[in-house]
Amino acid sequence: MTDQQIKDMILEIVADIAPDADLSNINPDVRLREQIELDSMDFLDIIMELRKRYKIDVPEEDYMKLSTLNGCVEYLRPHLKDR
Amino acid sequence: MNNDERIVITGVGLTSPNGNTLSEFRNNLLNAVSGVQKFTTRYIGETLAGICNFDPLKYQKKKDLRRGTRAGSISIYCANEAVADSGIDFEKFDKPRIGVYIGTTEHGNVETENEIYNLSQFDYDTKIWSHHHNPRTVANNPAGEVTLNMKITGPHYTIGGACAAGNLGIIQGVQMLKLKEVDLAIAGGVSESIHTFGIFAAFRNEGALASHPDPTKASRPFDSARNGIVISEGGCLYTLERLSDALARGAKIYAEIASYASNSDALDFVLPNSERQAECITLALKRGGIAPEQIDLVNTHATSTPQGDVSECNAVKKVFGASEKTYVNNTKSFIGHTMGAAGALELAGNLDSFNDCVIHPTINIDNLDPACDVKNLVVNKPKKVDKVEYILNNSFGMIGINSVLIVKKYK
Repeated sequence: MTDQQIKDMILEIVADIAPDADLSNINPDVRLREQIELDSMDFLDIIMELRKRYKIDVPEEDYMKLSTLNGCVEYLRPHLKDR
Repeated sequence: MNNDERIVITGVGLTSPNGNTLSEFRNNLLNAVSGVQKFTTRYIGETLAGICNFDPLKYQKKKDLRRGTRAGSISIYCANEAVADSGIDFEKFDKPRIGVYIGTTEHGNVETENEIYNLSQFDYDTKIWSHHHNPRTVANNPAGEVTLNMKITGPHYTIGGACAAGNLGIIQGVQMLKLKEVDLAIAGGVSESIHTFGIFAAFRNEGALASHPDPTKASRPFDSARNGIVISEGGCLYTLERLSDALARGAKIYAEIASYASNSDALDFVLPNSERQAECITLALKRGGIAPEQIDLVNTHATSTPQGDVSECNAVKKVFGASEKTYVNNTKSFIGHTMGAAGALELAGNLDSFNDCVIHPTINIDNLDPACDVKNLVVNKPKKVDKVEYILNNSFGMIGINSVLIVKKYK
């Protein structure tokens, strides 16, 4: 996956989890939770969807690395480089 | 009794398979409009059910729907509709003084089945089990979702009472108002049970699930050809207040709670018992100081099962055999069995009788079962009567639980 594809994939998951949120102007360097209504249970949904859709298990100590869109890209790039 | 001890119904919010407002529901009960339709569900395939089509987005966001449960959603719709109908200045109402009491037949089966199904798609890897499962399945979920939605900080809980639960929710609200624990009770019953395949499978496997080529004719209490229950979803919540508070704010008053009773058969897991049902009815009458002949309408619980209907008819005959003008009807013939909602919802369908003196009928009776030939059964067509001052509402459930609620015209 390219970086853009990873970004799109994350936004697709977030759109399912926060269906009322406007995702058109997400700043990729600012924490997602500061931009849209997203609590800890929603964040766990992102982790769950990565597990379900891409078989990626994110250990709890790495959760913070997924707090921004660009953070997600950085973290997931090695996991998704061949997909 | 002083006005602080008299409890009245001041608002109604409901969703039924044949109506999402009281007026729509009542109109359909007077015009033989059924809410039963074909329904396809996991593992079972095509069956019949009563399905509600209220707009959940009227009071919830899409995310709330994703997070919560169908029972929560039904409850939120009914609670908001009831409060709006009551005319209460809800913004200014003291939120810690509001109680939410919701009767349910069961809760958690739908959500658990969904999780297990999801798990089965991932080779039963329990890491797939949702972290939402606990808040979705706690027994207080439907009432709790109402408090989250409406920012109510008073007490909330559900009352598990099988299919007697709708009446029990109302009774709980009445009691808490009388105890001055709250100043407003949002009370009644809900059911999401059609979304669990298990309830269909269990009723089918005990020979108690209705079938008929015409879905609208499947729920037919008292008819010789009845063959079981049509399972339905639904909800009905009332705003209940002390009469003194209702009068002080000039509220519209639908009815006054005249009496109630609940008892247990203590005999069998599933079979009803006519004697205990009659005892429950008699207890409610006695507590209210009401004679059987004062009851103008008995809204029966009968679910269209061969044995259950006869049992209730025997109880009604026993108590009301000498009452010349006590009419009898049944609402499940239109909407099927809305389980935990049934008591509350079926009462709502009859409240207008206080104003129009019309009794909605029991439909789908082609050949009345002689064993169900109760006096003054209103069959297939509405009946105009001289007066309606007292309505008695039966709701019975498995494990042998009976509940009776009597409401009277406010004057």
